[in-house]
Amino acid sequence: MGELSMLDYTIGEPITDTKAPSGPIDERWSARKFSAKLVNPANRRKHRVIVVGTGLAGGSAGATLAEQGYHVVQFCFQDSPRRAHSVAAQGGINAAKNYRNDGDSVHRLFYDTVKGGDFRSRESNVYRLAEVSAQIIDQAVAQGVPFAREYGGLLDTRSFGGVQVQRTFYARGQTGQQLLIGAYQALSRQIDAGNVELHPRTEMLDLIVVDGRARGIVARDLVTGEVSTHLADAVVLATGGYGNVFYLSTNAKGSNASAIWRAHKRGAYFANPCFTQIHPTCIPRSGDHQSKLTLMSESLRNDGRIWVPKAKQDPRPPDQIPEDERDYYLERLYPSFGNLVPRDIASRAAKNICDAGFGVGPGGLGVYLDFADAIARLGRPAVEARYGNLFDMYQRITAENPYEVPMRIYPAIHYTMGGLWVDYDLQSTIPGMFVIGEANFSDHGANRLGASALMQGLADGYFVLPATLNDYIGQGGFTDVTLDDPAVVEAQTGVRDRIERLLSVNGTRSVDSFHRELGLMMWDHCGMARTAEGLRKALERVPELRAEFWRDVRIPGTGEELNQELEKAGRVADFLELAELLLLDALVREESCGGHFREEHQTPEGEAARDDENFSHVSAWEYGEKPVLHKEPLNFDYVHPTQRSYT
Amino acid sequence: MKLTVRVWRQSGPDTEGQLVDYPVDGISTDMSFLEMLDTLNQQLIDAGEQPVAFDHDCREGICGSCGVVINGQAHGPETTTTCQLHMRAFSDGDIIDVEPWRAKGFPVIKDLVVDRSAFDRIIQAGGYITAPTGAAPDAHAAPVPKPDADLAFDNATCIGCGACVAACPNGSAMLFTAAKVSHLNSLPQGQPERTQRVLDMVDTMDAEGFGGCTNSGECTLACPKGIPLTSITTLNREFLKAARKARK
Repeated sequence: MGELSMLDYTIGEPITDTKAPSGPIDERWSARKFSAKLVNPANRRKHRVIVVGTGLAGGSAGATLAEQGYHVVQFCFQDSPRRAHSVAAQGGINAAKNYRNDGDSVHRLFYDTVKGGDFRSRESNVYRLAEVSAQIIDQAVAQGVPFAREYGGLLDTRSFGGVQVQRTFYARGQTGQQLLIGAYQALSRQIDAGNVELHPRTEMLDLIVVDGRARGIVARDLVTGEVSTHLADAVVLATGGYGNVFYLSTNAKGSNASAIWRAHKRGAYFANPCFTQIHPTCIPRSGDHQSKLTLMSESLRNDGRIWVPKAKQDPRPPDQIPEDERDYYLERLYPSFGNLVPRDIASRAAKNICDAGFGVGPGGLGVYLDFADAIARLGRPAVEARYGNLFDMYQRITAENPYEVPMRIYPAIHYTMGGLWVDYDLQSTIPGMFVIGEANFSDHGANRLGASALMQGLADGYFVLPATLNDYIGQGGFTDVTLDDPAVVEAQTGVRDRIERLLSVNGTRSVDSFHRELGLMMWDHCGMARTAEGLRKALERVPELRAEFWRDVRIPGTGEELNQELEKAGRVADFLELAELLLLDALVREESCGGHFREEHQTPEGEAARDDENFSHVSAWEYGEKPVLHKEPLNFDYVHPTQRSYT
Repeated sequence: MKLTVRVWRQSGPDTEGQLVDYPVDGISTDMSFLEMLDTLNQQLIDAGEQPVAFDHDCREGICGSCGVVINGQAHGPETTTTCQLHMRAFSDGDIIDVEPWRAKGFPVIKDLVVDRSAFDRIIQAGGYITAPTGAAPDAHAAPVPKPDADLAFDNATCIGCGACVAACPNGSAMLFTAAKVSHLNSLPQGQPERTQRVLDMVDTMDAEGFGGCTNSGECTLACPKGIPLTSITTLNREFLKAARKARK
């Protein structure tokens, strides 16, 4: 560890208690629910709960808590809760229903997810996720979510990367949208009933902690600029991931880390920030103007075959390259999973083959995803029925017809498995602050299998949080907090000062120019492949860039109006801090696992080499003048860590 | 490409607005329309001027945030969302008019940003199925014939962008409301609340200041998700049936 001594962090106490019950894994969640305190329905309406975010996790949580009788105060930065970025998830949602009778079970979903996460997730959490997965489908169908159906009227399913059963439920290529609309409608019903007070176009800018407990938030109305304070007995963050730290990602432009980062600065540990998922099937970027990347659903890999020409920089159009001059490299390298290997494996294979000079399209950063065989086998109408909207989207963006020429794809930043540390109850290290969905770190490990993010968001919001939050409220002990409480005033003043400070810099560079520079650096040094040297380089540069930002950023307009540059500036300022922690975490984790690939740690075949001896733990960072690293050891009693093999 | 964009500038809901000409240079045909606006905004910021406010988020055609009237057409010359409209649809030297959605139900907030919260209130009035969490029957308990499921799905694809309202000469929200009613009313789960749903949603739609439908069909032509005009027929039929039932 000598070489790490230059880094300014310290090791803190390990985390030994995650509050997961002991005993057989299939009884733990039942045991926890039974031991949780109940709150009498008449008492629930006396408690206010703040929910920030209205995606799958936040929307389902708000609707459920309100239905239970809590008074929910809910926030989203979009103009409507229906626009949260979960809406963009395409492919599907897993559930252990075994409707196909193909050998699926709760235990198998659990097994696949732990293995897919490269043994860096918690067994107890993942088992619970698999356990409630079936209920999610029931819930969504009851709400009228129009899942794909067979002619007999029953639900259709398909398979997804990393697994060999057909457990993925889907609604054409718009599963996220349909599930989100279901949650949004349930939330809308509660808004109409007066149980949810909704604040759209409002952004959380700080967390209020009184006597060590989360008691509210400071928020800014994005239309009027008004800074307001909202008090409650518990705060739920459902604010999604922080992939936009890379500037170019598949995230919506507004997706940001501010809420979780401010909460981190108030005492919530940040876990595994370096675990970033790279999605293998994105449309390659077309030029420097690019503002974001568009994902093509991973379900395309079910029928599409991935290949590159066997000759480097083959100038021929794909249809003139004969079969025996094509390299179907995933089928060659991973014969039993073929094109359906997990995301990290498929992404890295694409990068390697492009780095070796076999890439196609502009700059050689692309591989073919070819449907010619599928169209020949199934007929065009069948392919259209399965993927039509994705094909249309591809054609719209690239002006190429994927029914006639193969799609070009390349990996991109997609999902962050890291996030705020939570215990089994989804509670952060700040009592009373719960974190759900992508904003927390808990279930995916170092890699996320396809169709599992929707599952986790809804499991947290509909089923897990409502049980554990009850327990927290039931334990009581809430003192009255007033607006003149010093902690409230301090948080409010801090938010106002920061806005003033941003506006008064009055420099020469736009917010976007800083964000692009940060993103490029993160992608180069902390993207699909990471080295100690590159990480150190970036760790030197980020603080410089941050200083430059605060010295030279230019934000036109005032704070008392709709000011989109000011919104962006606040978020980029946070990314400039979070980026450093992300780099540090990647540097300290001297192993490869899942989406975190350290070039120094690979097998002779070039696969990720895990170091279970030294790194079978969650890295939970505490904020301070120097970051403090708390390690939570991971135990595998049911799925024994092995080298992941998909060959 | 070099273009002139004439953008609607309005500093707040109560101020007068006007179209202002801006030349933009270095526009690539691969850019989306929003990336062209980004480019314009960087120019404005560099020149010390206020950038143009516009709504956008996912930039992949599904969140429904973006939406402007381009050369008089909602979302512009192609049937898609503004974020999925690319500059290859225009030619070098074009003059492009960019305006916000215009309708009584969508007051302007600033520049190209309008307030579409009336859509949320229409949904809150009944655009849901009352299904408490945690105790739903098994998903296979109620089979849905595939044609019904497909019809429900076709209508469920509405993204709530508001292009239908902006395109309608009456500023009507019929297509939006019709999509939700058609989605939920064509499923077995939606039957118990079928009557009340349509009455409450139509009431709210009227109260929010949206105009009536005169079957001009502009809404469906502008709809990026292809919600068909027949959904409005369904809405009318459902409404008449519900109103008759309510009178009894």
